[in-house]
Amino acid sequence: MTGDEALFQFLLRMGDNTLILGHSVSEWCGKAPVLEEDIALANTALDLIGQTQFWLGLAGEVEGQGRSADDLAFLRDAWDFRNLLLVELPNGDFGQTLMRQFLFDAFQSVLLGRLKTSSDTRVAEIAAKASKEVAYHVERSADTVVGLGDGTEESHARMQAALDYLWPYVGEMFRGDDVDAAMVAAGIAPDPASLREEYDALVGNVLTEATLDIPKGTFSHKGGRTGYMHTEHLGHLLTSMQWLQRAYPGASW
Amino acid sequence: MKNEWPLWEVFIRGQHGLSHRHVGSLHAPDADMAIKNARDVYTRRNEGVSIWVVEARHIAATAPGDKGPLFEPSESKVYRHPTFFDIPEDVGHM
Repeated sequence: MTGDEALFQFLLRMGDNTLILGHSVSEWCGKAPVLEEDIALANTALDLIGQTQFWLGLAGEVEGQGRSADDLAFLRDAWDFRNLLLVELPNGDFGQTLMRQFLFDAFQSVLLGRLKTSSDTRVAEIAAKASKEVAYHVERSADTVVGLGDGTEESHARMQAALDYLWPYVGEMFRGDDVDAAMVAAGIAPDPASLREEYDALVGNVLTEATLDIPKGTFSHKGGRTGYMHTEHLGHLLTSMQWLQRAYPGASW
Repeated sequence: MKNEWPLWEVFIRGQHGLSHRHVGSLHAPDADMAIKNARDVYTRRNEGVSIWVVEARHIAATAPGDKGPLFEPSESKVYRHPTFFDIPEDVGHM
C-alpha cells in the first residue's frame, strides 16, 4: 500500500462516517418529537454532510481517478464504504438516535482535536473547520443524553436500552490497522488506540451524570472501517440515499 | 401531567454595539437548552453574536386594556419632541 492509497482509505473513513450519520440524522427532518429538536437535528445533519464534502472531496483528489465527492457518495456499493458500524445502525427511537450521536460526537471531537495538528495541511484545515461544529454537536448531544438519562423512568429506560445496544460498537473506533499505522508514520493522523483514554473520560463523565451504566464486557463488533463486513442496515440506507443517482445517472440541479 | 416544556422568549444581539432584540419564542426544558435551541432556531443564518433567553412567565407586561391611560396622554404633547430647535448646518445629521 502506497502512502496515497493509505491516505485515500483514511479520508474515506472520515468522509463515510459523516456521510452515513448525516444521512441517517436527516431522516428525522419533519418528524422529530418537538420542533426545536427537529431543527437542531437538521442543522447537525447539514453540518455532517458539509464535512463530508470536504473529506470525500479530498479523497477523490488524492485518489487521482477524477472521482468527485458526489461520485464517491452516490456511486459506491456497501462493500466500498469505510464508515464505523456505529453510524450505520438504525435511528431507532429518539433516544437511540441521540445516544448514537453522542457516542460518535465524543469520538469525533477527540479525533479532530488531534487532526488539527496533522502534518498534511489539507487535513488540518478541514479538522479546524469541522471541530467548531463538532464542539457544539457534542455539547448538545451530551446535554440531551443527560436530560433523558436522568429524566423520567421511561426516558431513563430507553436511554439505558440504547446504550446497551450501541456500546458494543464503540470499540471499533479504537482498533487500528495498516492504514492507521501508515497515517501515524506520516504524522497525518493519530493511532486510534491513543484516543481511548480521553474518550472514556469524556463519555464516562456524561454517562455518570446521566445515571446510565456502561455495559460490562469487552466484546466489540468490527468490520465497518476496514470494509470487511458491514451490517445489513447499510445496504438499506444506501438504497434510499443513492436511489436518485442510480435511477437517473448524472441528474443534477 | 403536564408534558409541555416551558415557553422562553429569545433576544438576539445582531452585531456588537446594537441592543438585543426580541426575535421570537420557543420551548425548552431549562435555560441551558433554551439557549441551545435559540442558537439552532434563530441563528442558523449568522444572525447573532449574543443570545439572551428568559422564561416567558417572568416577563411582566402591560395589559392591552390599559392602552388609553398609559399611552394616549403622550399623543397630544408635541412639546416633548425636540422639534422646535434650529440645528446649525455644520452639525450635520443628528
